[in-house]
Amino acid sequence: MANGSKQIVDFAKIKATMADPYKHPVQVIDREGKVVNPDILAKYSDDQLVDFMKKMVWERTLHEQTMNFSRQGRLGFYAPTAGEEASEMGSVTAFKEQDFLAPAYRDLPQMIQHGTTVAKGFLWSKGHVEGNIHENKNMLFPQIIIGAQYVETAGVALGIKKNQDKDRVAFVYTGDGGTSQGDWYEGVNFASAFQAPAVFFVQNNGWAISVPRYKQTAAETLAQKAVAMGVPSVQVDGMDIVAVHEVSKLAREYAAAGNGPVVIETLTYRFGAHSSAGDDPSRYRTKEEEKPWFDADPLIRMRKVLTDKKLWSQDQEDKLVEEYKDDFKNAMKEAEAAPAQKVSDFLKWTYNVPTPSVKKQIAEFEAKESK
Amino acid sequence: MAKMTYIKAITSGLDQVLNDDPKTLIFGEDVGKNGGVFRTTVGLQDKYGEDRVFDTPLAESGILGLAIGLALTGWRPIPEIQFMGFTFEAMDGIVGQLARDHYRFGGTKNFPVTIRTPFGGGTHTAEMHADNLENYFVSTPGLRVVTPANPYDAKGMIISAVESDDPVLFMENLKLYRSMKDEVPDEKYTVPLDSAKVVREGKDITIVAYSAEVNESLKAADALAKDNIDAEVIDLRSLSPIDTDTIFASVDKTHKVVVVQEAQKMAGVGAQVASDIAEEKIMSLDAPIGRVAAPDSVYPFAQAENDWIPNADDIEAKARDIFNY
Repeated sequence: MANGSKQIVDFAKIKATMADPYKHPVQVIDREGKVVNPDILAKYSDDQLVDFMKKMVWERTLHEQTMNFSRQGRLGFYAPTAGEEASEMGSVTAFKEQDFLAPAYRDLPQMIQHGTTVAKGFLWSKGHVEGNIHENKNMLFPQIIIGAQYVETAGVALGIKKNQDKDRVAFVYTGDGGTSQGDWYEGVNFASAFQAPAVFFVQNNGWAISVPRYKQTAAETLAQKAVAMGVPSVQVDGMDIVAVHEVSKLAREYAAAGNGPVVIETLTYRFGAHSSAGDDPSRYRTKEEEKPWFDADPLIRMRKVLTDKKLWSQDQEDKLVEEYKDDFKNAMKEAEAAPAQKVSDFLKWTYNVPTPSVKKQIAEFEAKESK
Repeated sequence: MAKMTYIKAITSGLDQVLNDDPKTLIFGEDVGKNGGVFRTTVGLQDKYGEDRVFDTPLAESGILGLAIGLALTGWRPIPEIQFMGFTFEAMDGIVGQLARDHYRFGGTKNFPVTIRTPFGGGTHTAEMHADNLENYFVSTPGLRVVTPANPYDAKGMIISAVESDDPVLFMENLKLYRSMKDEVPDEKYTVPLDSAKVVREGKDITIVAYSAEVNESLKAADALAKDNIDAEVIDLRSLSPIDTDTIFASVDKTHKVVVVQEAQKMAGVGAQVASDIAEEKIMSLDAPIGRVAAPDSVYPFAQAENDWIPNADDIEAKARDIFNY
């Protein structure tokens, strides 16, 4: 090639510009609690804003109470949610009862908001099958395999489309690590190919246990991955509940109108460990990294907006926290009162119609259990 | 009644279930316009439309996820995995999710998914296109695994599989697709998903086999008959569950048994049958349980398949050993 002539293709330039549309995450309230998008905020009534705050206080209290129960040995696996309240409550509140939720293991709060009970959430954590049964509620149980819920959501969304259900979508959550899974791509691509009504959330909290987001991919944003599948996507400030809610609502409307799926990356942070099973974030994170995220606490931000509007006070919040704590303690009592699980029941539920050998094993265990 | 090939019998069964239940859906790679790479679904898209019979993006995990999601929204999915070797890509969907879901929901939700997949060797296909992978699936609680060995059973069992509210892995033998014809009723009928069948009665020795090895066993039985050894041949049909009643009744009659499978020997269906017999019927046996299986190598490249797959001669030789014990 002659000096100075242009290359037919400039890969470096292509790579450098791929993330351009995503470089300014959607934001309504900034880190200092300043309203940067007053037109959007004005769409929300005082009651709605107070409700957002209540829901975040509810989730934070649930988290703290759950950690207490966990330390007391009264729970099993639990994935801490502190820091992700705006992302979780902002998104789930944008969906309707008829919408189908496919949660991952960090999404108990959304399930409870979508219609199941706190006691069921505790039962799931304790490893009781009752925690998986949400009859007449449109949801799966929390998925443990990273990404399986993405391909299943494509199926649910296609089912909704085939049923010609109007005003109904499927919505699903995974984390930043989840976007490395093949199922993530297959799920988004299937929903796109079928133009099925699904909203895919990536709660990018920066860490997949100890592996940082930048080691998952050289893509600058996770949202941009959706472009390859022909799916519109957006990055949103995941510590800003108003922004998350507004974007989620628009995504839902877009999908429900028959336009196909949407991918939403929420930029958030996990304040604590990956799980209650005891990973120690100090092994892989620094205080310097954590501090700005702790300062960006979604509750602090919303508290400031509401206090400025004279809609909120510390007294009010303290009272709420006590009420919620009582609710959670009662829910734990309810969970602890659940009857013990029986092996004969597992066998009965292994097949809809038990096979001959399973039938035999049911009889064996029933005899054992009646002693 | 018409004479039909194994593949036509499956097509006829699928046609019937699509016709009878508007909630049934066939999907997978190439199943639409192309009618599947083996033409099993040929004509069904024309007849039932692209909403009912449709091609998916080329991704097996996606296909299984789609099936689970569709089942959750009230549909009765019949996904096709183009070759059994490709089920590895869908292992989480089949084993980790679908098979467990009825239990995980505490019995409150059904997953009436029928996964169709061709398998079995001897047709000189490319690598990963012929594997016998049933061993992985029969050890999966919550999943039924069936494989008909003739056109009549193929039609009756595909209808039973689709109508079953349990997930079923329906294995279709590549070699049988066009190599045999049977009288197959045009109307709808079902063959149970959990029963073996005595396909040849005999009094001297029992040969238990499934899929293409049933035909090899029948050939071996004919050869043995020339020496007045009267072999009974049982077609398992269902690999999970295994119909031990039919097997035990035969062992009580013949007191000698050979178990045959095309798959590698290690931890296979034949091993399960042998251990079931050993557990319940050891006092009825007059000889050790004979086993015929492929060797425990990786599935061979096409040119070597015929040396590798157990055939009628292998079965005959093993049956003579056991008979003369």
